[in-house]
This record gives sequence, structure tokens and C-alpha cells, in this order.
Amino acid sequence: MSIEVEGVVRRFGATAALEGVSLSIASGEFVALLGPSGSGKTTLLRILAGLEGTDAGRVLIEGADMTGVPARERRIGVVFQHYALFRHMTVFENVAFGLRVRRDRPAEAEIARRVRELLALVQIPELERRYPEQISGGQRQRVALARALAIEPRLLLLDEPFGALDALVRKDVRRWVRGLHDRLGISTILVTHDQEEAMEMADRVAVMEKGRIVQCDTAETLLRAPATPFVAGFLGEAARLTCRVRDGRAHFDLPLPPVEVRLPDGPALAFLRPAGLVLHAGVGPGQGGGVVRSIRDATEARSRAVVEVGGTLLDAVLAPGARLERGAPCRVEVQSALVFGADGARAEAEAVLLAT
Amino acid sequence: MRGPARVVAIPGFGLTMGITLAWLGLIVVIPLAALVIKPWELGVGGVIASLSEPRVWAALRLSFGTALLAALINLPLGLLLAWVIVRLRFPGRALLDGAVDLPFALPTAVAGIALTAIFAPNGWLGAPITALTGWQVAFTPAGIVLALMFVGLPFIVRTVEPVLRDMGRDAEEAAATLGATRPQTLWRVVLPALAPALLTGFALSFARSVGEYGSVIFIAGNLPMVSEIAPLLIVIRLEQFDYAGAAAVGLAMLTLSFGVLFLLNLVQRWLRRGRR
Repeated sequence: MSIEVEGVVRRFGATAALEGVSLSIASGEFVALLGPSGSGKTTLLRILAGLEGTDAGRVLIEGADMTGVPARERRIGVVFQHYALFRHMTVFENVAFGLRVRRDRPAEAEIARRVRELLALVQIPELERRYPEQISGGQRQRVALARALAIEPRLLLLDEPFGALDALVRKDVRRWVRGLHDRLGISTILVTHDQEEAMEMADRVAVMEKGRIVQCDTAETLLRAPATPFVAGFLGEAARLTCRVRDGRAHFDLPLPPVEVRLPDGPALAFLRPAGLVLHAGVGPGQGGGVVRSIRDATEARSRAVVEVGGTLLDAVLAPGARLERGAPCRVEVQSALVFGADGARAEAEAVLLAT
Repeated sequence: MRGPARVVAIPGFGLTMGITLAWLGLIVVIPLAALVIKPWELGVGGVIASLSEPRVWAALRLSFGTALLAALINLPLGLLLAWVIVRLRFPGRALLDGAVDLPFALPTAVAGIALTAIFAPNGWLGAPITALTGWQVAFTPAGIVLALMFVGLPFIVRTVEPVLRDMGRDAEEAAATLGATRPQTLWRVVLPALAPALLTGFALSFARSVGEYGSVIFIAGNLPMVSEIAPLLIVIRLEQFDYAGAAAVGLAMLTLSFGVLFLLNLVQRWLRRGRR
């Protein structure tokens, strides 16, 4: 189902949790709300679920205004952060809950059939008689998912659903959930503060900052053309460096070689991704001297390294064929950077290589 | 020769267990054992004769019946109070919170005298109640139930309150998103989650009420066969130097209480199935 969020505002006392958020989600789309804690992503999710009211703006589902429609009538499935399973019920009863409380409650045999079908779908048919405290975190999450799917939701909301899982399980579950989405085709919104999770799972990622959606795009666009310094800094592993633009060149405050950039003169902010910062053996002339502090992934085509430049540690890669060891002096080349001018958040990307 | 030392996560097992058992023995097991032994001075026939007096039966029935009724009435009341304290924010909440504990702190005799004064046929509340309904509260079993409700209420509030606070609203919100109405959520989610705590509060309130003496004797009127509670009967026998007879009533109360608490524990186990 298509979802339309139009200028939603939500205040808690004096602080605004959401300041005019608009977002539209196509039918069957998987969108992630990504942002640091306090950016309003959970509030937005709760508003969609009907657990929280709005001070202004509205939410439309399939064109129908949801304002004033209570959560129980929205048919929106929610997987809560800590799953919120009913502890006194078996796995079976947890999943059956949404069917049992329905006004047109199905017959017992039909409920049992649906529940078993869902448990099979989430691959835990053998757990139906267990209680939530007798199963693992990953299994609980599957129960929560099955329970949410039982109401045949028009929209599925996942609130940091992988936070409680350990790293190995998380990766598997992420792929599995995305696969399930592709199979069922239910529009899904994932709330997360983990950019890797958001980018891997979602069709589009809405980056939130201080109650606003600052950019909503595919992962690739977000990385290639971030709309604001916040997005550039929040996604990827870019180092944020202050610089000053003079005559089409950005001069870093750190002793790095300047880069060419089409920006007016003045202070600016540069974001350097590890791949754009290349280390060469030997100490080059002039600026750009650094010391290798650590090297990892020596097996990969391009080894990652940490280099110290002017007292600051930066993530970088080794030039092909460069042999560098920890503690060795090196020449640092800035191959690419994203630079934001001081005049608002105007992005002027692609700084080019400058011959040294 | 000693085997390899066992690795125990919590040290001091021997010491803490020893102190616990010694203390339990000193203040619980030995006095109770004495109580269990004492009646048999009368011989088996004597104990049976002593307990089969209609007055004893009436007193035991009254004590356990009123305690059960008071605890039953307190159950929804205590739940409501805990709910108000945990869930609602209003001026004077802290005051109300503190007031719940007053029955713990107040000498029960003082509570008994106060309740008697208010609910006596000529009291502030007793007079209008009698005038309107013809019922008399003080000096009847109704008065006993009232006094026991007063004494037992905080037990239920204080056992339910932390569980309710702990529960948070997650489960209720989940129920709402799954289509449950508010009553359905209360009945299917909130109450079952609180059931073990409610039962514990019920058991505590009941146990306290069975043994309650101070507040009851003032309001009960103490008419043999009508409003005379078992603890009072024990005191009466003691005053007549019938120590063994008093102990026999005590033993009967002990046995009955044990039976009830045992039963409640079985229910508790069933309620807590599947939970760690």
C-alpha cells in the first residue's frame, strides 16, 4: 500500500521531535529511516502506527487520512525494538493474538492453520509451545515478525529490530527479512541508526536529522551526492576536515596537499573517504607527509591503513604496490573529496587530483 | 584429602546458608515446633474434644472466611490503586503513594479504634449507613472484613506496583497494533501479566488477615459464635490458663493457613509456567 506523510509536526513540550516531515512510500517499497538517536525516527514510526498523535500534518494510507484512526484499526504490523512479546503466552498464542481479538474471529481450526503457516514462514514451527523466555533473541524476533504478519498488515514497521542480536546472527537475519519482504511485497519501513543495515536492506534511505528528513534517496545516491554535510558525515566513513577555499583550490588546515574545487573563496568543509586518500611509499616534496599508524586487510587488493597527518588520524588506502609498514613515513595523496562551501549547505562535490 | 575446589560464582555459600538456617530455626521453626507439640498434652482425644467445640468451629470459620473475603475485595481495589500510582500523574500522587503504607505503620489497635468510632451505630459513617440500609457495620462480621481490608490493602498494592512499573507499555502498544480494543488488552495482556503478583499480594493479604488481632477485636464486638475470631479465642483460653487448649486452636490455624498457602503456591506455579 502506498503511504504518504505530509508535513508532520510533533512536539513534546518545548522540544520538537518532528518538524515538518514529508515522505512518500510506494506500494511494496522498503524504506529505511536512518538517523542518530533523538533525530525523531522512532517518533515518526509511532505516528505511522497510530501510537502517537501529530500536532500538524497528516498521514495517508492508500489515500485515506489516518488522523484520528486508532492503532487497532490501522492494520499496521509493528515489530518493536525489544519485540514486546506477551510473556505469559506461548509462541503459538502470541502469533494467534491478532486473529483472536478480531471482531470476525476465525474458527479455532482456521486460527491454528494460519498460525502454523506463519511459524513455518518464519522458520520456527517447532517452537509453538515454548514461552518467549525459553527461546533465543533471534527466535523471539521471528515470533514478533510472525505476530505482526498475522494481521495481514498493509504496512510493516520495524523499530530497530536487529539491535538485540549479535553481529553474526544479525547479518543473516537482515538478508532473510529482506528476502521475506521481496516475497510478500508488503510496504516496509525500517527504523535504524545502523547505516550498513539501512543501506543493505532498503530500496531508499531517509536520513533524519533533528526532526527533519534531510535526504531520501538510494544508498548509492546518498554516498555519491549527499545533500548536506550532515549526510556526508553520517554515511560512509568520511573524515570531516575543515579547509579554506582560495582561487578554486581548497587548502586543508591539516598539512595535506590542496585540491581543486569549484567553490567561492572562504571557509569550507571537506569529507574524505578512505578510498580517496591514498598512501605512497617515501616522503614526497612539500605538503602531504604522514606516518602510517596501522595497516589491516593486507590480503585485499587495496590495504586499508590509518595514517597520522599533523596529529590527526585518518583512514586511507595504500597505493597499489606500495609497501608500507607501521611507523613508516609516507606521502599522502588526496584523490577525491567532497567539499561543502560555507554559504549554507550547498554541495559542490568532486575535488580533483592535483599534481604535486 | 580434598578434591579440586569447586568453582562457585557466588562465594560464601556455606556461611550465608548457615546463618540463614540458624536464624530461621531460632525464630520460626523452634517456636512453631513448640506450638505443634504443646496441644498433645491433652492427649489425642483431648485435642479433638477441644477443637470440636462449636465455638471453636465458628471462630475458625469466621477468621478464615472474613480474611478470604477481605483479600478478595482488596484484590481489585489494590490493583486499581497500584495502577493509579504507577500510570497516572497528578498533584498529590506522592502523598497517596505514602498513604498506602500507613496501615503498615499504624498500630493496628489504633486503626481498630478509629474504624470502630467511625462505623459504630452512632458514628460518622455508621449512623447514615444504618439509617439508609439498615445494616450495622461495627460489632458484626462486616466490621471484621472492613478492618481486615484496611490491614491487608498495602500488601496487594506493594506487590503489584513494581511489576506494573516494570511491565512498561510495550506489550499494551503491541496489542493495540494487533487490533485489540482496550478491554481486550486489559483482559488478555495486562491482567495475565500481573496475575502472579496479584496472587502473591492476595496470599500476603490473606495470611496477614488470618492472624490479625489488634484492629479486629475493637470493631468485632466479639460475640461468641457470631463475631469472635480465632486469635481472640486463643487469648481467652490463655487467660483461663488453658495453654494446651489455646495451642490446639493455634495448631488448627497453622494447619489451615499452611493448606491455603500451599494451594496458592500451586496456582502460582501454574501461572508462572514458562517464565524464569
